[in-house]
Amino acid sequence: MWEQQVAFWVIAVAMAGAAIGVVRANNVVHAALFLIVVFAGSAAQYILLLAEFVAWVQVLIYIGAIIVLFLFGVMLTRAPMREERGKLDNSQRLASAVVALFLFGVLAVFLIDAFGGTELRFRDSMVEVGSAASVGDSIFRQFVIPFEVVSMLLLAALVGAVALARRD
Amino acid sequence: MNAVALTTLGIEIGWGAALAIKTLVILLIIPAGALILGYVFLLKMMSHMQSRLGPMDPGGFHGWFQLIGDGLKFVQKEDLMPDGADRKVFAGAPAVVLISTFLVFLVIPMGPDLVVKDLDIGVFYALAVSSLSVIGILMAGWSSANKYALLGGLRAAGQLIAYELPLLLAVIGVVIQAGTMSLNGIVVAQQQQSIFGIDWIGNPYILTQFVGFLIFLIAAQAELTQTPFDMPVAESELVGGYHVEYTGFRFLFFFMGEYGTAFAFSAIAATLFLGGYALPWVEGDLANWIGPLVLFAKLMLVAFLMFWARFTFPRLREDQLQAFAWKFLIPLGLANLLVTALFKVAF
Repeated sequence: MWEQQVAFWVIAVAMAGAAIGVVRANNVVHAALFLIVVFAGSAAQYILLLAEFVAWVQVLIYIGAIIVLFLFGVMLTRAPMREERGKLDNSQRLASAVVALFLFGVLAVFLIDAFGGTELRFRDSMVEVGSAASVGDSIFRQFVIPFEVVSMLLLAALVGAVALARRD
Repeated sequence: MNAVALTTLGIEIGWGAALAIKTLVILLIIPAGALILGYVFLLKMMSHMQSRLGPMDPGGFHGWFQLIGDGLKFVQKEDLMPDGADRKVFAGAPAVVLISTFLVFLVIPMGPDLVVKDLDIGVFYALAVSSLSVIGILMAGWSSANKYALLGGLRAAGQLIAYELPLLLAVIGVVIQAGTMSLNGIVVAQQQQSIFGIDWIGNPYILTQFVGFLIFLIAAQAELTQTPFDMPVAESELVGGYHVEYTGFRFLFFFMGEYGTAFAFSAIAATLFLGGYALPWVEGDLANWIGPLVLFAKLMLVAFLMFWARFTFPRLREDQLQAFAWKFLIPLGLANLLVTALFKVAF
């Protein structure tokens, strides 16, 4: 088990460092590039938890699509080459620190309360659970209605985007 | 190329040696693939089809020295970086493109046991990591501090987002028929299934998924930014697109990434639609021995089709490109998916 612990902490520290980089970067494009490291780190954590399918979905959707759209949007509207010191800052540092600390506290309390004493023991049979087949099974058996609701929501968002972008 | 495979071939190795061999093969496969495609298709086939004299001259017979000369030229060039460039991002961009190509090769089977890692979700993984190269292209375009490079990067991103969808839709048709996403499983399925009871050549999906094969080829052509979809590097409009500021070995990285990815996509298409390493009536150890050669022959056939289109068609316009993807290829892909699903349920 200790190998997984070591890997977890190495990835977690890298993710936290990159997350700080996202906030502190003086250039929007650099912030987006730091975000890639955070997403890649969370994909690696999924693999550590044997959720292989979810991990590669994370890579395809978040890194391959969402980050690309971020970069695309930033570069299409304005692509600052130089550091924009001050322009990306605002006067709400203290307030945001309070909110972040509160959120951290709430999440930590709930997670420790719910899973504090649980010990994970990985067995070979657990690999099956993270496979595409079992994820598909549970989405289309147990969670059909939430899945359909999310599909409707996405469809509505799509129609809304077309309606907004349309000029006639 | 796992230890079991080599043991059946009469060679005993541990997992450390197996890992070393796998790493070496994967590291060599991209330069080798890029060289082969560059030599056979880019230089020789194009020279014959377009009556180009230059690449047929150096070294005498069919200009065999041309590519070696090009390689030497790239290596000895000065490593230039534009003044206003973002140095770290500029230097990292070619590496991102090349890494994304390397990762694709991990799941492509060259024989029943000759695969680095036969992932359960193989083909999904391959498409996921191949989509990472867009980030390298955007990084290159932005960090060059050059308006042509930036425009090229933006065009590449818009194009790759649009053609990712038909590519996925074409692959889903195959996955439905095979009932698995593992590339090895797809090869085995093609060997064992039958077309309406006729089973003496199995069921190469190019026969039952012909529409899917066409969509895959067209979308792969766009993903590789090859003509007629080469607006991101259109030299007559953008000088050279996202890699206009790159010289020497950094440019060589982009070049290898481009042709290495063409090699990888040809291999995936050969595996998905032409039966991969398998031949009818060839099984067991023999398949391990001749598998790589069979896959290579099929891959070259697919690559021939891609490069044939590249050397024949003129470039599309940017709006034609987007309209073609969203108004034609994606609806066609969805219809193909529906028909495939209906047949799967009915038979």
